[in-house]
Amino acid sequence: MAKSAKTPKGKTNAEDYLQMYRQMVRIRTFEDTANQLYLSAKMPGLTHMYSGEEAVAVGICEALTDDDKITSTHRGHGHCVAKGANFKEMFCELLGKEEGYCRGKGGSMHIADQSHGNLGANAIVGGSMGIATGSALRAKLQGKDDVTVCFFGDGATAQGLLYEVMNMAALWNLPVIYACENNGYSEYTKTEEIAAGSITARAEAFGIEAFKVDGQDVLAVNDLTQKLVARCRKGEGPFFIELETYRYHGHHVGDINREYYRTKDEEKDWKTNRDPIIRFRSWLVSEGIATDEDIDAMNAEIEQDAAQAVAYAEAAAYPDGSEVTQHVYAD
Amino acid sequence: MREITLSQAVNEAIAEEMRRDETVFLLGEDVAEAGTPFKVLSGLVEEFGTERVIDTPIAEPGFMGIAVGAAMTGARPIVDLMFGDFIFLIMDQLCNQAAKTHYMSGGKLNVPLVLRTNLGATRRSAAQHSQSLQALVAHIPGLKVAMPSSAYEAKGLMKSAIRDNNPVVIFEDKLMYQDKAEVPEEEYLIPFGVGNVKRKGRDITLIATSSMVQVAEKAADILSAEGIEAEVIDPRTIVPLDEDLLIESVKKTSRAIVIDEGHQSYGVTSEIASRLNEKAFYHLDAPVTRMGAMDVPVPFSPALEDLTVPTPETVAAKARLLCGGELIDAA
Ligand SMILES: Cc1ncc(C[n+]2csc(CCOP(=O)(O)OP(=O)(O)O)c2C)c(N)n1
Repeated sequence: MAKSAKTPKGKTNAEDYLQMYRQMVRIRTFEDTANQLYLSAKMPGLTHMYSGEEAVAVGICEALTDDDKITSTHRGHGHCVAKGANFKEMFCELLGKEEGYCRGKGGSMHIADQSHGNLGANAIVGGSMGIATGSALRAKLQGKDDVTVCFFGDGATAQGLLYEVMNMAALWNLPVIYACENNGYSEYTKTEEIAAGSITARAEAFGIEAFKVDGQDVLAVNDLTQKLVARCRKGEGPFFIELETYRYHGHHVGDINREYYRTKDEEKDWKTNRDPIIRFRSWLVSEGIATDEDIDAMNAEIEQDAAQAVAYAEAAAYPDGSEVTQHVYAD
Repeated sequence: MREITLSQAVNEAIAEEMRRDETVFLLGEDVAEAGTPFKVLSGLVEEFGTERVIDTPIAEPGFMGIAVGAAMTGARPIVDLMFGDFIFLIMDQLCNQAAKTHYMSGGKLNVPLVLRTNLGATRRSAAQHSQSLQALVAHIPGLKVAMPSSAYEAKGLMKSAIRDNNPVVIFEDKLMYQDKAEVPEEEYLIPFGVGNVKRKGRDITLIATSSMVQVAEKAADILSAEGIEAEVIDPRTIVPLDEDLLIESVKKTSRAIVIDEGHQSYGVTSEIASRLNEKAFYHLDAPVTRMGAMDVPVPFSPALEDLTVPTPETVAAKARLLCGGELIDAA
């Protein structure tokens, strides 16, 4: 469903709920398909899966319009889908094809989608914190009311850049929301071992209002974000949100034997008891917003969409060799 | 003689030096239980404990700075920087602090630290994980730069680096970690500033660094079948540079190609070529030629990425022209 710019995103009716569900399933399906591509050696490079964290990207991005910007991370497929990207261009990018969002030059870790305000994934942990804050400064200077959301992980809170830009964002009241996806791990290390004190207190030290929210609850995330986006538009930013979430897969697709840093039981617990999609689905059914049949049909349609996009991407052409020197400089 | 991988060679070198000198310690992201994503440091934490194999948060400027301070005050830190690309984050600590301290203190303070990192493209990792930044570091007086071309060099150079009283940067090629070579059981060190003639020849000198040594050797095989005998030289350290060895070889062959995986412009190849022009001009039958990575950010798509680095075929083609009396690009 194409989002038109400036549609108010009040998530209160059945259609909005179904859109959120749909976007979460789209992310999960995209990831499962990408994982298969990687495992069957069809996908070059490596990739970081977002499965498990869908409610974060969707809850936040559904509170934004196409004019609002986001910056993303090395785990960026979810943000890209949630912000409105198409499967076809995304899979083409993952396979290094000419029709990819970045003409095959970026790949999984650098996907950007200008048309929906996604300023790009970033392979440098913390690398986009300055970019997001700069985008917010531009909005303020130019009198625009768009908001920028900066996604980053708990591990990225160790980067000094965050503290430099939060200081300036607070001093200058910038319309930026720092969204810390705390999935409990920084690569192969537990968050407690890399982050001293409380994460939200770090933002509060700059006078930035900070919130902690259950990142597996899409409605809670969306509710909070809607409020903060509205306040940002009135010049009351910046804000900070810590979202408690979990990644189902390893740090990247090659991280298979991970028992030395996290147990199978823990993974199972999150997958069965705190899955954002299962949880939201049963809520939709119990509230009478959709039937199980409706939902199964929607899931099947998304799966088909992904299969078609992959088939398309596999058959698509690689960029011509002459493209290698194109885009080093802008015309 | 036994053969071990480059990864094992580095691991052994560090373990031996840590046993020999208790002031040596390791610092970096996921170096302990995880043993780094490339698993190069696996097992070290079991022997030396978390006091000497220290996991850090993702705070590169921070832990680099800490290493500088520890080195100035009597320890010998080895900093593990997961990807060479992250050098950009630590430039101040490396170049303004570590590199200049000995000089600025009139020789009274030393900074004996080793920065272990990597280089190299063609892993489909895209532009933020594929750079070869040795020239950037070699440009700064006060830093030494080693570029091992096999497991044998990796071990000997690492041991020298740890014993050196200066900041040393070692670039390992990411694609070579599993490459095996003969490595003696008994201790040996490879001194800095002493290059190695990998193959003798009379017609042209191929000066190559890191994985480009393999490329040059394969090019030499191709050329040899055509009656052109190439001499292949590995300088092993680019700072200090074994200029005499290079000049001697060029005086004999009267032609040279310099090959390095960094970008060609303003790079390692340019520096070596100029020195040969300055010091062996009257012995040359052709301009000294350079081959580096193309001056483009490394693209993700395999169709493009493979075009960006020198290959045995492109090196052989250039050598053939030079030996055929064609003055490449000369008016
Ligand atoms: C500056 C920098 N340092 C290290 C890395 C290697 N690295 C990639 S992802 C990652 C962990 C990031 O953890 P977190 O921010 O919590 O995000 P998550 O992976 O949990 O989503 C690390 C260390 C990097 N890409 N960039």
